[in-house]
Amino acid sequence: MSALSLLASRRPVPGVYVALVLTVVIGWLVVTLRGGTLFNQATIVSLLHVAAGLGLVAVGQTLVILGGSLDLSVAYVVSLSTLVAAETMTGDDAALLPGVLLALAAGAGVGLLNGLLIARARVNAFIATLGVGLLLKGYLDSNYDGPAGATSPGLVRTLGYQRAGPVPISFLLLLLVAAAVWLTLSRTRFGHHLVAVGGDPEVARLSGVRTGRVLVAAHVLCSLCAALAGVYLAARLGSGAPRVGTEGLYDLESIAAVVIGGTALAGGRGGVAGTVGGVLLLASVDAIFNQLQLDAFAKQVFRGVIIIAAVAVYARRAARKGRS
Amino acid sequence: MAGDTLSRRRPRLAAGGLLPILAILGVLLVLIAIRQPGFLQPASLMSFLGRSAPIILLAAGQFFVIVSGEFDLSVGSLVTAQVVIAARLIDGEPGRTWPVVALVLVSAAFVGLVNGLITTWLRVPSFITTLGMLLILVGAVYLWSDGSPKGALSEQFRRFGRRAVEDVPVLGRVPYALLVVLALAMLAMALMRSDFGHTLIAVGDNPRAAELSGVRVGRTRTIAFVLSGAAAGVAAILLGGYSGVSFQAGSGLEFSAITAVVLGGVALGGGRGSVAGAMLGALTLELLFALMNFSGVPGAVRPAVQGAIILLAVAVSARRSPSR
Repeated sequence: MSALSLLASRRPVPGVYVALVLTVVIGWLVVTLRGGTLFNQATIVSLLHVAAGLGLVAVGQTLVILGGSLDLSVAYVVSLSTLVAAETMTGDDAALLPGVLLALAAGAGVGLLNGLLIARARVNAFIATLGVGLLLKGYLDSNYDGPAGATSPGLVRTLGYQRAGPVPISFLLLLLVAAAVWLTLSRTRFGHHLVAVGGDPEVARLSGVRTGRVLVAAHVLCSLCAALAGVYLAARLGSGAPRVGTEGLYDLESIAAVVIGGTALAGGRGGVAGTVGGVLLLASVDAIFNQLQLDAFAKQVFRGVIIIAAVAVYARRAARKGRS
Repeated sequence: MAGDTLSRRRPRLAAGGLLPILAILGVLLVLIAIRQPGFLQPASLMSFLGRSAPIILLAAGQFFVIVSGEFDLSVGSLVTAQVVIAARLIDGEPGRTWPVVALVLVSAAFVGLVNGLITTWLRVPSFITTLGMLLILVGAVYLWSDGSPKGALSEQFRRFGRRAVEDVPVLGRVPYALLVVLALAMLAMALMRSDFGHTLIAVGDNPRAAELSGVRVGRTRTIAFVLSGAAAGVAAILLGGYSGVSFQAGSGLEFSAITAVVLGGVALGGGRGSVAGAMLGALTLELLFALMNFSGVPGAVRPAVQGAIILLAVAVSARRSPSR
């Protein structure tokens, strides 16, 4: 089992990167023909900022989906953690660290609840995380009408806006988190166990994996990633925003990115490298549409088509491989 | 062999599956009777049932898809799209009512067909197919109407959702919507007793076994999606009539429908449950909202209470059936 999963995580570049290159080339052609420029500093920076926010959530989502689970509560965790961070900091640099830690702790708490509901109370993941999401929505809706708190200026300056050349620090943070998750999946016992649980929970249990514990840990890590995305968004916006997660569609988009990245929705197959590719693909499409000054609604239509088409291509290839 | 014994056991399971939801329904009715004795008067009870008609229909449609082992996340946006499109096409002209009613039903079923074909032919997971469809429908309908709903529904169109058969002995006013639901509920239950119903459950229970015994799995699932789409079409007609035209007409209804189905004892993943249970689940959910209303629970807390109750209900039913 572990040899198999090792092989899986060392597969060559996932197909999503081919799609990414194609998308960027075609997008570049179309934008250039229309007399615009796709590759200037401003568009690349904004593309990477979009990718950083979505990417942090999607990397965490990869973990739970690999384990055969799912997290629909991430959007609310993102909103909640922007508020916890900003309200703890109240614009004071001295409270930066407590603010970040509290936000992460809040996220971890939600993840623990999700995990226990799914692994111990054996509630279906879809329903469990939907229910927890509704609980958080109720809390947020009844306590907040608009932005609250203030992010410490130090965090805004660094995580929010600082960059190395065209690459924002937040995107480097995403790469760092993705690399850590990649290492965890390919090198640690937890990673192998998680893939085994996603592949076949019963077989994993019979071979001595404590499936419940593995799933709970995956959910805690997933929510931690979502909380980190919230901290980044708080740094970006300068305050806590009670609806930033849901308005950004982080729940559905993160799942889309994971699946476009080649991770099977049923679990057990895939990896974090594909997810980063999926996130970059979605962010590039966004950037291209912005350059074409496409109507926001048309953008949404195209995005729906792209998500379905990308996954259809994957499914075809998987089916062909399965037959040969 | 195993499939054989399972199919012989299923009717009993399905019948037993109704007990929990009936118990919850009973408890809620008692609580409401204490809180608001007037609610159980025929007049208010009838109007409550009429109001609940759209969500009951959506739950029935969602049941077909879920019991066959898939998801339909597009129904809420489909309702919105149909209401907005109907209003613009009718534009207040009574003469256009019937053609538009026909168009709504046919096009809704067609969206279901597309969902089904993408899911079964292109092998895209239905979660992704219908999520993409959700984005496409919402984007397209906003795009088509330039960001705000145009036109108006004719009074003839609206009467399905808001008028009633007057002066019925004992009951008083019986809303058309209730009659529509009753008729379609009978049809749905008859359908589940027919060969198609047994095939549908077999497909959800074990698609591989069903395929090997000669069932056309793809076609069966596609029909389930068409039924879900058609149910959304009928729900759109009733909802448009009752509450009028807005972009929020159907928002969130997909999750309510899935919640209702799960509350009604239908297993996510397919193969277990009854359509009567799903519809009773929808009724229970609506009753719960009514109770919260009477108890003066602020609107913002609603989602939290809904979330908590869903989690509780599903956790309890998971405990009761330890084998799956």
